[in-house]
Amino acid sequence: MSHSTVPRSRTEADTTAKTPVASGGATGSGEKRRSWKLSLWLRFRRDRVLLLMTLPAIVLVLLFNYVPILGNVVAFQDYDPYISDNGVVSMLNSPWVGLENFQRIFEDSAFWQAVQNTLVLFFLQLVLFFPIPILLALLINSVVRPRVRAIAQAVLYLPHFFSWVLVISVFQQILGGAGLLSQLLRSHGYDGLDLMTDPNTFKFLVTAETVWKDAGWGIIVFLAALSSVSPDLYEAAAMDGASRWRRMWHVTLPALRPVIALLLVLRVGDALTVGFEQILLQRDAVGPGAAEVLDTFVWWNGVRNQDFGYAAAAGLVKGVISIGLVLAANKVAHLMGEQGVYKK
Amino acid sequence: MTAVIDKPVRKRWAAPPRPVWDEQPTKVGLAGKGLVLGLACFAILFPLWIVVVTSLSSRKTIDEAGGLVMVPKGITFIAYKELLSGGQVTRATIISLLVTLVGTLFSMAVSVLCAYGLSRTGSLGHRWILMLLLATMFFSAGLIPTYLLVQTLGLTDSYLALILPSAVSVFNILVLRGFFQGISQELIDSARIDGAGEFRILWQIVMPLSRAVLAVITLFYAVGYWSAWFNASLYLNDQDMMPLQNVMIQLVQKQEAPVGLGQAIKTGQLSGLAVQMAVMVMALLPVAVLSPFVQKHFKKGMLTGAVKG
Repeated sequence: MSHSTVPRSRTEADTTAKTPVASGGATGSGEKRRSWKLSLWLRFRRDRVLLLMTLPAIVLVLLFNYVPILGNVVAFQDYDPYISDNGVVSMLNSPWVGLENFQRIFEDSAFWQAVQNTLVLFFLQLVLFFPIPILLALLINSVVRPRVRAIAQAVLYLPHFFSWVLVISVFQQILGGAGLLSQLLRSHGYDGLDLMTDPNTFKFLVTAETVWKDAGWGIIVFLAALSSVSPDLYEAAAMDGASRWRRMWHVTLPALRPVIALLLVLRVGDALTVGFEQILLQRDAVGPGAAEVLDTFVWWNGVRNQDFGYAAAAGLVKGVISIGLVLAANKVAHLMGEQGVYKK
Repeated sequence: MTAVIDKPVRKRWAAPPRPVWDEQPTKVGLAGKGLVLGLACFAILFPLWIVVVTSLSSRKTIDEAGGLVMVPKGITFIAYKELLSGGQVTRATIISLLVTLVGTLFSMAVSVLCAYGLSRTGSLGHRWILMLLLATMFFSAGLIPTYLLVQTLGLTDSYLALILPSAVSVFNILVLRGFFQGISQELIDSARIDGAGEFRILWQIVMPLSRAVLAVITLFYAVGYWSAWFNASLYLNDQDMMPLQNVMIQLVQKQEAPVGLGQAIKTGQLSGLAVQMAVMVMALLPVAVLSPFVQKHFKKGMLTGAVKG
């Protein structure tokens, strides 16, 4: 062919000459068994372009996901950020303090307050947020008119693409001290109220914001699961005399079970992460007593107070417990006969 | 005649015929469903309506309404004109657009290449690379170490700090890979026999066949860059470098007047509230316009990712 590049065809010829098996360089699943016979060098020659393609992503992931793990050593230091602009230089010159940071954390009442707030928010969201996408998906799925369905989906998905800054700004305009609700109350002779700065209702506010933003988006996974249910099952159930509700109970819900289990596992594994950006944006307005969660605790102590060793120690505690939670949640899912995130 | 013309329009709204075994829905049931769905849509659209209408209202209308405007009385673009005639918000908008554009292109290039490189099971190192990427979904190095790394790399006060640390989403790579794997291997093989190299196959065969998933992932990345504010607040010190979201925090949540417009708001016909709302509309407009176009591909993209991931 006229557009074949010279170096490529030469490689092709080389490889083919040495090993007829690798003709074309393709490795479909059928050829997998034969390909292990190829020497490592030949496989490298064959796949080097593919490897080259993955390289930029690998470098970025190694650099920004793996290398920082080493930085957690500052949790065992009295890290001094003013030694140098270079983090590594500061790290090498900061004194080691062993487990002192961790000791301080466990004696810090602000830390335990953050733990409590995190857990309360997690349970609130589990109870008040988690079922909503399932119910909405069942509702949308029962709408048969294609146009109504498409419009409803477009509207419900929309807030997911808004930034947290925008979502909180919208809530502030409606529920804030100068917002629409206060405006209406005042025009009818009542006192205005500011739900955006009230520590007592803050956790419900956060949950409401999460529902507004992401409950609609959450239905996608369930809709996908619902659309894979064979209509024959419904027909057979109807033939056997099952009513609409019985069909939902015995056909629809079992089809959703694996998805629900998977999402529950993911949510529990991520229990200690409850909307970092969202809460950080409102932390100042409400105060740390009600709004401090583990992630903002790390941010406050590290970024604001420049107490990096202490903050990193808190982050490390959170990270280690989180990994434990992921593994435990999967274990429970496996015991219940569900697949979980990874296979046994 | 009219019936013929009307037909396709009506069909899209009409319910398709029910299978014989299905009961006809009751009136109460239909009304209940409509009510719940209507309320959900209202809860999303009503606040946005108020924001848009207030941003388009004159100071007089806003004062008469006692704040937020629900029913528009005459439309004025004065808030937008003031905000976009140079100054803080204009600059922040341009910065946000550029960071989103450059970041999305970079992320897409890196992700598409990586997804294609991993799309052939049995290629050298395929399992290991996949494990390396997947593992990152189970842990995070933590805020402080990441901050120290970005500082060590000398990225503070640079726009690279807004792009590089969040450039790769493993989830997006897996979705792309899942889609690429669904493309017929015969097609790719025949292109190779014709002498096309991997890059050419990716560019001329795989990518044109994957428009749907490419649209979805581009939207995901673009929305990510457009919405980001935390990295800017962490790594940028110069207020003049801040993107739109960070300026929105100042103007709306901290209720500061935009630089240079304070006087106009105090004395002129410019309403501070309309300015806040206009900034919010500018932040939501690109997203609200683009996402419905990509909507029909969402399920496909999410599904392939979930199944193959």
